Order: sequence, then C-alpha cells, then structure tokens
Amino acid sequence: MSAAARGRELGLRAMRALASSPTLDRLGARKAAERAIYRASKGGFQAVAGAGRTFAAARKLRSPARQPVAGKRSMFDLTPSAEQEMLVEAIGDFAGSAMRPAAGQADAELRTPPELLAQGVELGLFALAIPEELGGVMEERSAVTAALAYEALGRGDMGIALAILAPAAVATALSLWGDAEQQSRYLEPFAGEQPPAGALALLEDAPLFDPLAPTTRARRQGADWLLDGEKALVPRAAEGELFVVGAQTPSGSPGLFIIEGGSGGLSAQAQPAMGLRAAATARLRLEEVRVPASALLAEGDPAAYRECVQRARIAWCALSVGVAQAVRDYVIPYVKERVAFGEPIANRQAVAFAVADIAVELEGMRLATWRAASRADAGSEFAREAALARALCARHGMRIGAEGVQLLGGHGYVKEHPVERWYRDLRAAGLLEGALLV
Amino acid sequence: MINLEIPGRLRALAQQANEVAREVFRPISRKYDREEHAYPKELDMLAALMEGMEASGEMEGAGAAGVRRTGGGEEGVRNGSNMATVLGIIELCYGDVGLLLTMPRQGLGNSAIASVANEEQLQRFGGKWAAMAITEPEAGSDSAAIKTTAVLDGDEYVLNGEKIFVTSGSRADLIVVWATLDRSKGRAAIKSFVVPRETPGLILERVEHKLGIRASDTANFRLENCRIPKENLLGSPEIDTAKGFAGVMQTFDNTRPLVAGMAVGLARACIEETTRLLAEAGVRVDPTRPAYAQPAAAARLLELEADYEAARLLTIQAAWMADNAKPNSLQASMAKAKAGRTCVEVALGCVELAGGLGYSEESLLEKWARDAKILDIFEGTQQIQLLIIARQLLGKSSAELR
Repeated sequence: MSAAARGRELGLRAMRALASSPTLDRLGARKAAERAIYRASKGGFQAVAGAGRTFAAARKLRSPARQPVAGKRSMFDLTPSAEQEMLVEAIGDFAGSAMRPAAGQADAELRTPPELLAQGVELGLFALAIPEELGGVMEERSAVTAALAYEALGRGDMGIALAILAPAAVATALSLWGDAEQQSRYLEPFAGEQPPAGALALLEDAPLFDPLAPTTRARRQGADWLLDGEKALVPRAAEGELFVVGAQTPSGSPGLFIIEGGSGGLSAQAQPAMGLRAAATARLRLEEVRVPASALLAEGDPAAYRECVQRARIAWCALSVGVAQAVRDYVIPYVKERVAFGEPIANRQAVAFAVADIAVELEGMRLATWRAASRADAGSEFAREAALARALCARHGMRIGAEGVQLLGGHGYVKEHPVERWYRDLRAAGLLEGALLV
Repeated sequence: MINLEIPGRLRALAQQANEVAREVFRPISRKYDREEHAYPKELDMLAALMEGMEASGEMEGAGAAGVRRTGGGEEGVRNGSNMATVLGIIELCYGDVGLLLTMPRQGLGNSAIASVANEEQLQRFGGKWAAMAITEPEAGSDSAAIKTTAVLDGDEYVLNGEKIFVTSGSRADLIVVWATLDRSKGRAAIKSFVVPRETPGLILERVEHKLGIRASDTANFRLENCRIPKENLLGSPEIDTAKGFAGVMQTFDNTRPLVAGMAVGLARACIEETTRLLAEAGVRVDPTRPAYAQPAAAARLLELEADYEAARLLTIQAAWMADNAKPNSLQASMAKAKAGRTCVEVALGCVELAGGLGYSEESLLEKWARDAKILDIFEGTQQIQLLIIARQLLGKSSAELR
C-alpha cells in the first residue's frame, strides 16, 4: 500500500470512529464537529476571506498620533485607577454573562459568534489602543490598563478573548509604531463601528522557534517588498482584513509589515490546536506577497520589533492570569461541595494545599505581569521583567490548569466542566508569540 | 495607580543596608559559619551605628522596631515603615541571614515588645536585646499546645516549663516567653512574659549545633519556678476566649513578611553570584529569547529568577498592605510560603549550576544553601502557611481543616 493510500485509510478509520460516536449526539455536538471537520479539512490554503475591504485614509495626519504614556510614578502601589476599575467591572460582567456561557460551543465549533465579537468592540477594547484624536477613549496609553482588561477577559474564556483581541493587536501596533501615513490609512477604521478583522502574526511552526529569527523573509523588489513564508496559529486569519506580520529583512533583523487581507499571494489554512479553538487559529501563508515600501512599521527599527515581541508576552501573561483565576474560582466551591469518605474533600490537606498552591502561584504571576506592564508604561526597560513573568505564567499557569482538572478528578476530564478547556488553553501561555499586545 | 517599582527614597535606604551587607556581613560570613557559637563582636559597633541612624530617621531597623498599625488620617497611598523594614531586611540577608538574626537589640522579642507592650513596658525594656521563646519539645507549629505554665503568686508570675530553639537566647538580655495561664482554657490563655536573662530559675541548658545560620545562637532553656514581676506580662492578663489567640498571633502576622524578606535577600545573593559565575563560564541569560533556545543553565537560571521575582513581589505586596492598613494575613502567608520554598529551591539550584565550586566551602553558595532551609521552617513552616492560606480561601475552621 502506498503511503498516500495508507494515510487515506487511517483518516477514514478515524472518521468512521468519530461518526459512530454516541458522545457527539449526547453533547449535541455532532453538527458542530461536522462543520469543524469540514472547515478544517476542506483543503489546502484558501484565499483570505477578508480580501474585500479596502483601506483609504479618510484624512491625512501630519504627524503620527501617539497616546501619552503614564510616565514614572513615585510610589509602589497596587491600586487600579477608578477608570481601570470601571473597565474591569464592565469586562467582568461581559466575561461572566456572555463569554463563559458561549465558551463550550465556541470551542467545539472552532469559531466565536459574531455577536460576541461585536460586543467586545462595544466594550471599547479596541479603543484602548487608539489615540484620542483618532477616536480613542483613553487619555493615556497604558499597558497596565490593557493587562487588567485582558485578565478580566481571560476569566471568561481564553479562546474567545483571543478572537476578540486579535484585531486590537494590529491597532496597538499601528498606534505604537505607525507613521502618519500608516495611521491615517489603517488605524482610524479601528475606532469605527466595524473595525477591521486582523491579526498580528509572529509565530511560526518550528521547534525552538525564536521570534527574533523568523524564517519568513522580506526582500526588496524596486520600491516594493516581497514576502515569503508561513505564520502559525494566527487567530481568525481566514477572515483577516489587515495583518501585521513579522519577517526577516535584508538588514539582518526582523521587521513588522502591514499586509492587507486582499494582497495577492496571501492565503490561510485552518490550523486547529489543543486550545484557543474559539479563535479559529490558522496558518497564514505568504507567497511573493507584494507590499509597498511604506508597509514596513517603524522603518524596520529592530528595537520596535523586540518591543513588540515583549509586549505580546505580557499580554499572554495577563490572559493566562485571568484563566488561572477562573480555575481558582471554580475549584474552590467544587472541593467544598464534593463529598468523599463522609466529608467535603476540601477538609483534606492534600486537596486544600493544592488550592493554596494555585492561589500563591497565581498571585505571583499576576504581580510579575503587572510589574512588566507598569515598567512599559513608565518608559523603563522591561525585557527582563517580561521574560520573568512569561517564565512564571508558562510553568505555573500550566500547572494550575493541570491541578484544576486533577481536583475535579474524572469530572474534570469531561466537558461538563470548563476545567478541561482551561487545561488546554493554559498550555498556550509562555509558548505562543505575538497575536496579542498590551 | 499601579506601579511596582520601589520609590527612590526607599531605594536609597536599601542601598545603605546593601553597603552594610557587603562591607560588614560578607567579609565575616564564613568566619562565623566555621566558628559556631563565637559571638560576632563586629556587630556591636554596627548595631550602635544602625540605632543612631534609626534615631535620626536615616534608616529603618532590621525589623525589631515592631509593626504598629497607626492607621490612616493621611490621604493617598503610603510606602512606609513596613516596606522600608522589609527592604532593609532583604538587603541585610543578601549579606548574611545568620548575622542579621543575631544583630544586638534586633531580636524577635524586641519586635513583640515594640508591637504589643504598653508605654511603661516600652520604657522599662527599651534599649535591651530581647529573644523570643515559643517552641517546646512537643509544641512547634502547634503553638496552642504550649505546656509552659505561668501562675500568679502575689505580685509575681511563677513560670515552669521547657523552651527550645530560642534564637539569640544565650546572648539576649530578655527572653519573651510564651506560657499558659490555664491549660484548660486553650489558646486564649496563652500570654507572653518578659523574663530577664539573669532571673533565677531561667536555666540555659544548651546551645544547638545547626545545619546553617551558625552565626546565630539557638538556645534551649528550662524554667524552674522562675519568678518575674506581674508587670512583665505583655498585653492583657484577661483570658478572653472570644478574642482567643489574636493577641500573641498578631506578632506573627507582622513578622511573616519580614522572614519572607530574609528568604528573598538570600535568594538574590545566590542568583547574583551564580549569574556572575555563569558569565565567567560564557553563559548569559538573554531575556528576549525563549528559554528553550538558550543553554540549559541559562534557562534554569531564568526559571529560578522568575520564582525569586514572584517571591519578592509577594513580600513587598504584604508590606505595602500593612503600610496602607489593609488586612494582609492571607498575603503575608502567601509571601512566606512562596519565599520560603523559593529560597531553598534557588539556593540548591544555584549550587547545582555552580557545580563543585558551588558545593565547596570556597564559595558562599554552599553556606547559603544550608542557611536557606531554616527560612522555610521558622515563623511558620511551609505547611502551616499553606494551612492558613487554604483555611482562608476555603472558609474552613481549624477544626474542619486540620
């Protein structure tokens, strides 16, 4: 039997097993699973669907609009501002009443319902990144505010949060590093009612992937850039209207390129993963994608690219802190109610200490994340702090996900409870690059 | 507004403590580790210097100033004496934990006196060195099981019992002894009594030989009809079962972040030394690159440093809450739990990274790894901290979650 025939047979066998599974029916997930399998397998790379949108500057900025940064503070302080508290409360309501109930289905269907995406926009999540003169809402640009907002979203669901926030990362990149022309054309639409779908694509499929050494390449052709390569696990890539893509430039360091969804040579293929499934992660392929010289952000400044990588890591930390908090809040009532050997399992040290450990490590993750974000806001170096926060969130976040399942035992392993999803989602923290920005 | 950097004023104070650590502690670190039970006489002058600076407001002490909650009045956020004290301790333990523990007049007993003594007692006991005697052969973390008794006889209390693990016990002027007024009344009957060292009936039995912190003496006492004036009882003599243990435990709430600070300082010493040694060997941590794309030693160091950072921030958080009159019992235990286990992990991990050099007495790493273990034990073991945290999170009483 040829390799291809063997592959086909294996695929068919797997499909047969899945098709006769009563579990799918019991969960009412058959349709969703069929759709997901169809979408994920209907073949190869498809042209990016967001190709219809065109970008034109409504007005010309003379100089790039930058939000003022918070600047250095004198006191050590862990108190959010009133503005931050209001935002977190509003997002918290949304996370509890809209995201959490939709999370299971979104995970199964590999997509986030458009209503939820729209509600996310209404909450002002994009506007966080946009300077006031371009229609934004916040007086100051603040990584801390973003981190607090992402943490609150993470409590709802990591996959849906990523789906909502993916375009915000593009807006943030334009806000931080775009010049007047780039901002006039691309940033202003994000303040409108129908912000573009988009994503920041840094990650590639490779073991030991280092975002500072991507294999995706940009080369000059006349005044234009030609880009070739493949980006991995790009949220909602199939519907993307505007991407920011990391690629190696001839200067020897990577740069960030603005690429419209309609560009020739750009295609996407569904790439479902262990978790974050509501974000419809996909491979983004670039085959001789031609963009003008003006597509390069920050004139290819290596410092801007590095900052982008680090801000993304802080954002992933913030999201994972929210998910870890969700685990903590879920297991506490569970272990108090669950009875074994005649008393609540919470009365056992083995269980109680596991809960205490979750709380301790979660608090450490949160403080380290806040510190990295607050240093970014103060204009201080934050590479080290971002790396430490990431190391904590990668290791302890993952462990908290695993303990969440463990504390529920067999019940944690089945989809009646969200802990198995959190287990899958929390593995993403400390592993993925890009896609989010604070 | 959220900001996790230390204000400049406190950084300057910490810098002074850091100089003490480098100039005074480090050079004699090894000597007093080898000469266990020898009194580090160099500290007398240092203590006088620090007290002078404290009095002039230039520097906060090593924790013995006590942690009185003065409460608000002032608008806005405070970075006050709790934070200053913790930062000072971090720096001094960056130098040497054992030497800090045996700083004259900076004992835990001093902290207890400063925290709960009345004005008359503050006057009478001021300027003395006070140790703390809680643990007994059969009552360690379980301090409510204390058997040492105090019986009022006329104007005096008569103390009988046995106390072990008394830090600075053989060097201090005063021993603050925990004893029960009535063993049938449980925790509420436990009170602390100030016993001057020369009191007849306070018998020094022996000084321990230890794994680490050898510069600090650890004494065992027997109390045999030891009589002290009744005015030496700290706090109220009433047995208030409703209030229970709160009085004596208040000291612990305040000292847990300080011990966490000791662990943080020791962990930083290990990390800095190992960073230096690895750099000499050509290995540097690059924070911008993924850990797995770096040498294993760099990745491991990054991991240890991350846990150190979490421990440090948890510790400062607990102090910040105390400064701002926020209840911090949960955060104080989190800080102690995380810092205690982290400093052991970091110290042992750094010995491993430094290899034979780290294991030999040529380097202080091996000493720090021995010193570290006590920090996950005294002032509430790891397990006790987890119990405190779990009970609070789960809303469990000590009867339900034992």
